[in-house]
Amino acid sequence: MNGGNGIAIDVKGLTKSFGGREVVHDLSMQVKRGSIYGFLGPNGSGKTTTIRILCGLLTPDSGEGTCLGYDIRRDAEKIKRQVGYMTQRFSLYQDLSVRENLEFVARLYGLPDARGAARDMIKRLGLSGREEQLAGELSGGWKQRLALGACTLPNPQLLLLDEPTAGVDPKARRDFWNEIHALAAEGLTVLVSTHYMDEAERCHEIAYIAYGYLLAHGTVEEVIAKSALTTYTVTGEDLNELGAALTGKPGIDMVAPFGTSLHVSGRDVPALEASIAPWRERSGLHWQKSSPSLEDVFIELMGRSKDNFQ
Amino acid sequence: MSAVDHPAPRRDIRERFGFLRRSYAMLVKEFIQLRRDRVSFAMIVMLPVMQLMLFGYAINTTPHHLPSAVLLQEESDLARSVLKALENTKYFRFLYEVHDVDDFDNLLKSGKVLFGVEIPRGFERAVRRGDRPALLVAADATDPVAASAALGSLGMVVQTALAHDLYIGERPEMPFEIRAHARYNPAANSSLNIVPGLVGTILTMTMLIFTALSVTREVERGTMESLLSMPIKPVEVMFGKIIPYVLVGFVQAFLIIGIGVGLFGVPVLGNLVLLALLSTLFITTNLSIGYTISTLVQNQLQAMQMSMMFFLPSILLSGFMFPFAGMPAWAQYLGECLPLTHYLRIVRAIMLKGATMENLRFDTLALAGLMLVAMTIAVTRFRRTLD
Repeated sequence: MNGGNGIAIDVKGLTKSFGGREVVHDLSMQVKRGSIYGFLGPNGSGKTTTIRILCGLLTPDSGEGTCLGYDIRRDAEKIKRQVGYMTQRFSLYQDLSVRENLEFVARLYGLPDARGAARDMIKRLGLSGREEQLAGELSGGWKQRLALGACTLPNPQLLLLDEPTAGVDPKARRDFWNEIHALAAEGLTVLVSTHYMDEAERCHEIAYIAYGYLLAHGTVEEVIAKSALTTYTVTGEDLNELGAALTGKPGIDMVAPFGTSLHVSGRDVPALEASIAPWRERSGLHWQKSSPSLEDVFIELMGRSKDNFQ
Repeated sequence: MSAVDHPAPRRDIRERFGFLRRSYAMLVKEFIQLRRDRVSFAMIVMLPVMQLMLFGYAINTTPHHLPSAVLLQEESDLARSVLKALENTKYFRFLYEVHDVDDFDNLLKSGKVLFGVEIPRGFERAVRRGDRPALLVAADATDPVAASAALGSLGMVVQTALAHDLYIGERPEMPFEIRAHARYNPAANSSLNIVPGLVGTILTMTMLIFTALSVTREVERGTMESLLSMPIKPVEVMFGKIIPYVLVGFVQAFLIIGIGVGLFGVPVLGNLVLLALLSTLFITTNLSIGYTISTLVQNQLQAMQMSMMFFLPSILLSGFMFPFAGMPAWAQYLGECLPLTHYLRIVRAIMLKGATMENLRFDTLALAGLMLVAMTIAVTRFRRTLD
């Protein structure tokens, strides 16, 4: 790959406010070329704003950095040529057909054979036979595939995907992720924001952002290890009652029901052990010490950041 | 460190045509969208037909201080007195004094004056001899409302005025004959005036609304976000959005003029090519203004409201509804800032008087100027980011 240092996105100290409210606070991150970088965090945490800054749609109040080697402040136009941005809301033309939408993009980017490029993409997306259907009439899953196709059509080096699979069924979601992995294997860098844990686990690296602050980043294993969270999984009867009793006890940072089990987590292991001790031997309850899931880590991070920043 | 790995020369060649290419991409997209939008499509056809049928007659007012010229073929006290008397009627204001028939005709043809008074050679002598010579008053009757009131009152008013002024005393009879000549529209047929006017009014309305909605629609549908993330420049977006509607405007103009000629018997005396060219200029000016509106407002509702705020003065102050010359000075200045004012002069002059480019230079330049101002505002106002 070109670009020398193997880093696709390298930004430092990004800050952005809207109407006096700081949406992104002193955010620094690095994304390696050819990797899939997951962007996680609660709604309104600044994920979309960060992505928009990266593709030049917003100018940061302060901070600097490069995207594909171009300065994010000065070279927004050059970045736009190399970046495919898939918006959270479907933003292709609903009253244009699949083929017309793709041809429009191909022409805008100056692909030598717009019709041919659109035809190939339709084939690749598996949309053959639907090319004359209006984009607005496609189902949610197909819309997302088309949107992905439109932003990969000009052969970008970086894809920015903002919650691409929100509201899409599991099968379509899996297909979508297979496609993303295939693209990454071809050397494309992908930054993708999501709420789904299974999707986060399919990323090479992840970052957790809440209320404008980047709270954790690294591989999934690193993030889990860094959380220093110990989790007990409890199965048995009257878990609701148990959950209510444990919540807020010393050493217990989080109690979360997971189907027929209850996750009890905390960072201070001795305090945690002490608090659950009275319940450990109760009949009908089965306790098992386990490593926390990514979701445990995120819910705990979210709870903590809420206390700190709101 | 370069992130561009394409061979450089090839990219350069493609870049040179980048402007056209991207504008073209936008244009094709707009065309397809317009074709799919049945309601807008119906509006293009229905609006002109409805308007034409509804506008039976225009509102009548009594104009005054009509811009006039005098063709003076003799210098005499009597000639001066007659002119003074005419001016005292308050109907006329003499802006030009010419001695050549061609100059006189050109003034009328270009619309610089609505009236011309011709004082023939040997006028004074003929009056003294009691020959009752003719005093020719030529009126531009393309706007019959403006012309008829002045013409109708001419005889009486001049006679009373002269009775005071001249030595002819109490003679019951006019010492000379006033021969009024309504040029261009002798029958004072108001549809002759209305049809060319409607061309301008309908074009203003439809062109304005189409482009006023164009940018806000993209913002509201969320498509602007991805459009902005693509490498297209504000000027390219603008041209891509304007050009399809130039053709739409053309179709409308043809429709109205076609109905006008076929149904109302309006003549087209001037050059059709010139009419088409200047109409294109007018259409583009309106599209630019509409497009400017769409870069200034937040949503489609505001865009509609702002279009109406522009449209109403256009109808009232351009000389479409009321004779331009009858308006107070401030209103006339406002009117000069509206493209419709200039286009009405152009389209009436070409259709009804057979005017040529020579006669219309000022109005053409005014239209082009307004267009450039609007385009400049639009391009600078177009937001490249979502900030």
